[in-house]
Amino acid sequence: MIAFAVRRLLTTIPVLLIAITACFFILRLAPGGPFDQERALPPEVMANLRAYYHLDDPLIYQYLRYLGRLVQFDLGPSFVTKDFSVARQIAIGLPYTLILGGAAFLVAVVGGVAAGIYGALYQNRIPDYGIAGIVMIGLVVPNFLIAPILQLVFGVELGWLPVGGWGNGSPYYLTLPVIVLALPHVARISRLMRGSMIETLNANFIKTARAKGIGRRRIILRHALRPALTPVVSYLGPAAGYLLTGSIVVEQIFGIPGIGRYFINAALNRDYGMVLGTVIFYMALIVLLNLLVDLAYAWLDPKVRTR
Amino acid sequence: MHHFLKALVSAVALCAVTGLSPAAAVTLNLHNGGDATSLDPQRVSGDWENRIVGDIFEGLVTEDAKARPIPGMARDWTISDDGLTYTFNLKEGIKWSDGEPVKASDFVFAFKRLMDPEQAAQYAYLQYPIKNAEAINTGKMDDLDALGVKAIDDRTVEITLERPTPYYLSALLHYTAYPLPEHVLKEKGDAWVQIGNIVTNGPYRPVEWVPGSHVLTEKNPEWSDPESLDIDGVKFFTLEDQSAALRRYRAGEFDILTGFPTDQYKWLQENRPGEARVEPFAGLYYYVLNTSRPPLDKADVRKALSMAVYREIIGPNVLGTGELPAFSWVPPGIGNYESGPAYVEWKDMAYPQRVEEAKRLLAEAGHGPDNPLKLTLSYNTDDNHKRIAVAVAAMWKPLGVDVELTNAETKVHYANLRQGTFEVGRAGWLADYDDPTNFLDLLKSGIEMNYGRWTNPEYDALLNKAAEMQNLEERAATLVKAETIALEDSAAIPIYYYVSRNVVSPQISGFEDNIKDIHRTRWLAKTE
Amino acid sequence: MSMTLDKRAALQRFIPDAGDGPAGAPRSLTSDAMRRFRSNRVAMVSLFVLCFIIAAAIVGPWFIPYDYETPDWSAFTSPPSFETGHYFGTDQNGRDLLARTLHGTRVSLLVALIATVVSVCVGVLYGATAGYLGGRVDSTMMRFVDVMYALPYILFVILLMVMFGRNVVLLFAAIGLLEWLTMARIVRGQTLSLKHMEFVEAARAAGVSTFPIILRHIVPNLVGPVVIYATLTIPEIVVTESFLSYLSFGVQEPLTSLGTLISAGADVIGVADWLLFFPGGVLVTLLLAFAFVGDGLRDAFDPKDR
Repeated sequence: MIAFAVRRLLTTIPVLLIAITACFFILRLAPGGPFDQERALPPEVMANLRAYYHLDDPLIYQYLRYLGRLVQFDLGPSFVTKDFSVARQIAIGLPYTLILGGAAFLVAVVGGVAAGIYGALYQNRIPDYGIAGIVMIGLVVPNFLIAPILQLVFGVELGWLPVGGWGNGSPYYLTLPVIVLALPHVARISRLMRGSMIETLNANFIKTARAKGIGRRRIILRHALRPALTPVVSYLGPAAGYLLTGSIVVEQIFGIPGIGRYFINAALNRDYGMVLGTVIFYMALIVLLNLLVDLAYAWLDPKVRTR
Repeated sequence: MHHFLKALVSAVALCAVTGLSPAAAVTLNLHNGGDATSLDPQRVSGDWENRIVGDIFEGLVTEDAKARPIPGMARDWTISDDGLTYTFNLKEGIKWSDGEPVKASDFVFAFKRLMDPEQAAQYAYLQYPIKNAEAINTGKMDDLDALGVKAIDDRTVEITLERPTPYYLSALLHYTAYPLPEHVLKEKGDAWVQIGNIVTNGPYRPVEWVPGSHVLTEKNPEWSDPESLDIDGVKFFTLEDQSAALRRYRAGEFDILTGFPTDQYKWLQENRPGEARVEPFAGLYYYVLNTSRPPLDKADVRKALSMAVYREIIGPNVLGTGELPAFSWVPPGIGNYESGPAYVEWKDMAYPQRVEEAKRLLAEAGHGPDNPLKLTLSYNTDDNHKRIAVAVAAMWKPLGVDVELTNAETKVHYANLRQGTFEVGRAGWLADYDDPTNFLDLLKSGIEMNYGRWTNPEYDALLNKAAEMQNLEERAATLVKAETIALEDSAAIPIYYYVSRNVVSPQISGFEDNIKDIHRTRWLAKTE
Repeated sequence: MSMTLDKRAALQRFIPDAGDGPAGAPRSLTSDAMRRFRSNRVAMVSLFVLCFIIAAAIVGPWFIPYDYETPDWSAFTSPPSFETGHYFGTDQNGRDLLARTLHGTRVSLLVALIATVVSVCVGVLYGATAGYLGGRVDSTMMRFVDVMYALPYILFVILLMVMFGRNVVLLFAAIGLLEWLTMARIVRGQTLSLKHMEFVEAARAAGVSTFPIILRHIVPNLVGPVVIYATLTIPEIVVTESFLSYLSFGVQEPLTSLGTLISAGADVIGVADWLLFFPGGVLVTLLLAFAFVGDGLRDAFDPKDR
C-alpha cells in the first residue's frame, strides 16, 4: 500500500512540472503585465520595477530561476501584494480554503449519501421526487446565482444568518457559503448513491438477509451501505478538486479570504509568482486528495486491492 | 519551509482570534472595495489604499472633515516670497506609535526614499515640484542628498521647490509626502511594513491584515490627541463585488459603502432615503483618441465624434446616478482656476443640431453612409464602462460610424493605451491635487499619460509659461487659453464629471461630502 | 461537471475493457435504441423542449421587432410590456431583452459546440493513437490522461481566459482542449478491440496501413457515445461560459451570451428582476432538457443492456 502511494506520488512530479511550465509561459505570453495600471508609470520607474523583480531577464533565465527557487521551497515575492511573500500569503489563505472546502465536503458526502439512501428507500414516491427536485436545482442553477439569493433571503430579509464575512469561522458564518459550495455535489452524490443503493438492495445477498428477518435499518447500515458506497467514493476525488477550486466564486461573493480568491486576483493582476504559487498548491492538494480517495477505494473494494 | 510552517500556525491562530474585540470598542466597518497591496505609503496607488494609509500616517499637513488642508505634523509654516522655499515647524511631542519622536529627519528620509530610483515608487512624480526630484528619480542625477528637502534641526523641515508651485500644499496632503520611521526601516528593511513591525504616526495604527479579507486598525495611543477620536478602530473590508457589499450593508454588517451599483440608486433613494450620497468628485471620465494614426489624426473627425456623444442622457439614463455631462477638460470646482474651466463652443447647441453638424464634418472628411468610418472602441471590463461604450457606439451609428467594441482586463487595457494600440479608448482621471494643471498636463507632449499622443506646440508653450507664473489670476487665464486650444482641437472626448458614490449609515456622523471624496476616520463618529 | 453525474462515470460503460472480445459489427443508431429512447416520456418531452429552444435561438430573431444591439432611447431598464413590444423588457442600455436572450442562447450554444467538437476530435485522435500504438506508449499516454483528470480544470480555464481574453472562439476551442479525456478513453478501448480483428489484419496484409482502417471502423461505433458525450459536454461548457461571464470574461459587446445576461441579472435582483428571470429561465430549462435527454440516451444506448 505504501509502495503504491509512493509510486503514485512520484509519477505526479513530471505532471506537476509540465503544469508549472505551461502556467509560467501562458502567463508570460498573456498580454499586460503586473505594473500596467490606470496611471501609467514613467518609463524610468517601470524599468526600475522590472529590474527589481528580474522581469527584464530573458524569459528562460526567469523560468530556470523560478524552478531553482522552487526546489528550495521558495515561492518568491508577490508582485502586487508587496508586503507578503507568496508563501506567506498562501499560508494565510490556505486555512480558510481548507476549512470551507472541508466543511462543504462533509456536507456534500453526508447530505448526498443520506438523500440518496432516502430516495432509494422511497423510490418513485413523494420524498424521492422532492429530493430529485432539490437535486435538479443544485445541478442547474449556477452558484453565483444561488449565493445572492440565499444572502438576500436568509441574511437581509430574515436576518437569520450573516450575509458575508468569516467572523471567527463559526458555523453561524459558514452556513451560507458552505451550502452554496456543497449544493451541486450533494446533488451529484445523492444521484450516485440512490442508483447504487437501489442496485444493492436488489442484490441477492440483501434479499437473503431480508429473508432471514434482519431489520431494515440494520440491513442498510450493516450490509448494503458499504458496497453501495463504492461509486460515491470514486467520485470523491474529482469532487474534492471541484470543491477546492469551486470556492473561487464563493470566496468572492462572501468576502472570505482564501487561495481561490488570491488565484483569480493574481491572474487578473498578472501577479506571476502568486498565480504559480496557488496553482502549485492546488495541484499538490488535489493529487494528495486523489491518493487518499484511491486508498479508500482500495479499502472498500477488495478487487482493486489485489490488482 | 520553516517560515512557511510558522506562518501557517500563526494564520490558524489568527483565524481563531478574528472578530474578537472588546465589547465597548466602537469599530467602524467600512467597505473598502479592492484589496490593499501594501501599507507602505510609497508603494500604494489606489483610493482604497489611501483610506487606510491616510488613517495610519499623517503628513506635514492633513485633511479636515471636508478634505481641506490643515496643520498635521507641522504646527505652522512659512513660504518664502519667491514661492520656492517652504519651512515647516513641527509640533511639540509628536511621536511614532512605538513612542519614538517624529523628527524632521524622518521626512527627509521619506522623501529621499521616495525619489530613490531603486525603490521604484509608483507615485514619486507627484512630488516632482521638489528641487532635483525628477532628475534623481529618473536617474539623471545620482546624488540623493541634492534633493530639495532638508532637516534644519529636529523640529524644522525645509522644502525647496524647482519653481513656484501654487498648489504645492495640496500636493503635500498626498500620501507620497508622509514621513517614514527611519529607525524602523533601518532596522527591519523591507519587512518594516509587516504587522508587528510597522510603526505609524497617524491617529490609528494597523493591528491585523488578512489579504482578501480586511485590514484592522486601532487607536494609536501615541498620537497627539487620541481622546478626540470617537471611533476606536476601523475594519477596512475587501470586497470587489459591490452588489454583495450592498447586501451586507442592508444586513447591517457594513457602516459605510464606498461604492454601490448604479442600478441600485433608485432603490436606495426610495428605501433608505438620505443614505446614498452621490456628490461631485474631482475627476473626468473621457475617451482618449489615438491622434497618431488616421482617421483620428483629423481634428474635424474628432470633433464630429465628440459632438455626437449625447452626454446629457448618460448620467440620468444610462448610468442612473445623474453624472453631469462634461464639456470641459478640467472639471468645475478645481482650485486655482476660478476663471475656468473653458467649455467647447457647441456646449449649448441642441443635440439634433450637434448631430447634423457632426454629419457635415464627417462628410467633409469623406465619411458617410457610403464610406463608413470604422473604429474600435476599447474599454476596461466593467459594467458601467460597458454601458457607456454601448451607448456611445449607438450614438455614433447615425453618423455612419461602425464601432467595434472590445473590452479587456484593466491591465491589458492600459498596456494597450500605453503602447498606442487602440483607436478610441476609455480613460478616467481623478485629481491628485487641487489644481487645473493636474488635468491639463495629461495632454502635454511627451507625457506618458497622454495616451492619444495629441501634440500642440502652442498648448505646451502656454503650460510651460503658466508654470513660471506667480500671479494666480494670470496663471489661470493662461491655463484657460491652453484648455481652449485643446477643446477646439478636440484632443479627446470628455464625457462626464465623476461623482463619488458613498452609502453612509444613519449611525455615522461627521461624514462631510467633499469634492475629493476623502473622509478621514478621525472626523467620524458612530452611535450604536 | 455534467448535469447528472460525473461525465467519467456516465460514459464508463462505453469503454470496452481490454479483455472484452471484439466489438463485433459497428454499432450505430440502432432502431432498437431509438425505440427505447422514444418510450422514455421525460426524455422525449425534454428533446422537444430542447429543439424548441434551439430553433427559437436560430430563427427567433427574425420574428421580433427589435434587434439585440440597438438601444430604444425611450425605454431604459423598462419592465416587460406588451404595449411597447418589449415582451421581456429592456436592459440598462435600452436593448430588447427578448432579442438579447435569443441571441445569447445562440452564442452560448455555439461556443459550447465549438468546444465539444474540438474535444471530440482531439479525443478520437489521441485515443486511436494510443490504442493503435499500444504497449508502453499506450500506457504512458493513458497514464497522462489519468493525471489530467486530477488537474484543477477551472484553474486552467482561467489561465486560458487570461491568455485569450479577447477572442471567445479561440478561448472555447482551447477549453475544448481540456475536455477530451473521456472521449480518448472510449476511443482507445474501441481501437484496442478492433486492432486484432481479422479484417484489419487482412487489410494490413494487403498493404493498407492500419491507422486509416481503424479510424474508418471506429467512427461508426462512436455515434452512440459521441451523442451522449455531446449532450453531457454542451451543458457543461454552457455552465463554464456563465462562470467566466461572472468573472466578467464574457463575449465582447454587443454580442451576448446566457452567462453574460444572467450574471448581469444577478446584480439587479429586486430592482429589475426581469433581467434575471428570463435569461435565467432559459438557462435552467436548457440545462434540464440536456440533462434528461442525456440520461435518456444513456439508458437507450447502454451496451450492457443489450
